[in-house]
Amino acid sequence: MTMVEGESRPAETGEPLVVLEGVNKWFGKLHVLQDINLTIKRGEVVVVIGPSGSGKSTLCRAINRLETIDEGSITLDGQPLPQEGKALAHLRAEVGMVFQSFNLFAHKSILENVTLGPIKVRKKSRAEAETRGKELLDRVGIGHQADKYPAQLSGGQQQRVAIARALAMDPKVMLFDEPTSALDPEMIKEVLDVMVDLAERGMTMVVVTHEMGFARTAADRVLFMADGQVVEENTPEQFFTNPQSDRAKDFLGKILKH
Amino acid sequence: METVLDNLDDVGLAFAYTVLLFVIAGVLSLVFGTLLAAARVGPIAVLSKAAALYVSVVRNTPLIIVLIFFRIAGPKIGLKFNFVDITIGDVRLNNLFTACVIGLTVYTSTFVCEALRSGVNAVPLGQAEAARAIGLPFSGVMREVILPQAFRASVPPLASVQIALLKNTTVAGALGVFEAFARMRTLTNKNAGDRIEIFLTFALLFVILVEIVSFAANRLERRWRVAS
Repeated sequence: MTMVEGESRPAETGEPLVVLEGVNKWFGKLHVLQDINLTIKRGEVVVVIGPSGSGKSTLCRAINRLETIDEGSITLDGQPLPQEGKALAHLRAEVGMVFQSFNLFAHKSILENVTLGPIKVRKKSRAEAETRGKELLDRVGIGHQADKYPAQLSGGQQQRVAIARALAMDPKVMLFDEPTSALDPEMIKEVLDVMVDLAERGMTMVVVTHEMGFARTAADRVLFMADGQVVEENTPEQFFTNPQSDRAKDFLGKILKH
Repeated sequence: METVLDNLDDVGLAFAYTVLLFVIAGVLSLVFGTLLAAARVGPIAVLSKAAALYVSVVRNTPLIIVLIFFRIAGPKIGLKFNFVDITIGDVRLNNLFTACVIGLTVYTSTFVCEALRSGVNAVPLGQAEAARAIGLPFSGVMREVILPQAFRASVPPLASVQIALLKNTTVAGALGVFEAFARMRTLTNKNAGDRIEIFLTFALLFVILVEIVSFAANRLERRWRVAS
């Protein structure tokens, strides 16, 4: 099953939430996204894997327009992504993003990191935002460190706070851009556990990762990208046991041997 | 030493002018410089270019020329400041004083802008991306995330800018504001024999003033360091 478009996948999960149609992007002469068509359904967990420079991070970042696209369209819940300004800010509030380098606000405490968006964007009261923030911090296991600053936490702890910060906005979809790539091995598990829990609770997720274990356990669908194209798309079992394209076989051969 | 002690009131008054020039121009330059920096790094191309032009023209002009402009050319084109006439004890803040404050502000704000801009550049791009990702608009990204961190990173260069301003207030003396430098000149003219003592006393008083500014900057830097 190579080059399958999202629409043709069995509709085991709700209606389309994120739809990319004919998306193209160039960095100068480099064609980083080549005619991407992808439909992510509500509640679906899509894992994007592929070699470095394959465009998977760019794809992920395009969904909340941290990267602009040159051609095609991206819609979220039926709404096309606004170009910029307030409308774009509103849309971004609906899309949670977790970065490789955590990007916690360095000058704000852990709790303030989690409450900033709800207070300033959602206009919630401080008390309400803090109650919810503490709840989320407890859920990711950082509740007792709410008054510390990001630099005082380990990488794994920071990334879990970053997940809580995104969840505090009650997003429709969560984007994870290599969330564990900057972490020590023993910290990867604590972050993945939080992500698996999130997937089990039915969150719609797009996860760019090199964690094949996570892809196997949590993904509904695996997207394999290479050279700016979605080369292969399948269920995790099918993809890992029976890859169709040479590019995917080669990639899996390299990473699964070690 | 006697000359200074005999004229203690005059010396005190002179330093009152110096401190007032410094404090007023200092605060105004921080406010105006912040606006300039926001325009400079903002997404609106016209504002950004205008701020860049302003900085390169004013920053590259010697301070004395900027002050002479406001003192001599200014009144000819309607910048008179005659509406300012405040008397506090022996201190009289008139149009001349105001022209010097404006000149110092106009000049110093360009350095404030550049110090802040270096601070903004020191904030990692990921901070702005994370702020945008939670749905903050440009103004919120700047106010909540970028500027607070840029200010922290800018404290040392901003302190240098403000210290330079404190010493630059002496240029106002050449234009007729009776601040410390002007007073020192009249004292040395009248008491040629005590010149060295007078020089040293005024220099020492300036050193003390600058030390107060650096002490405040160090405290600020240390208090904020814990947070990042």
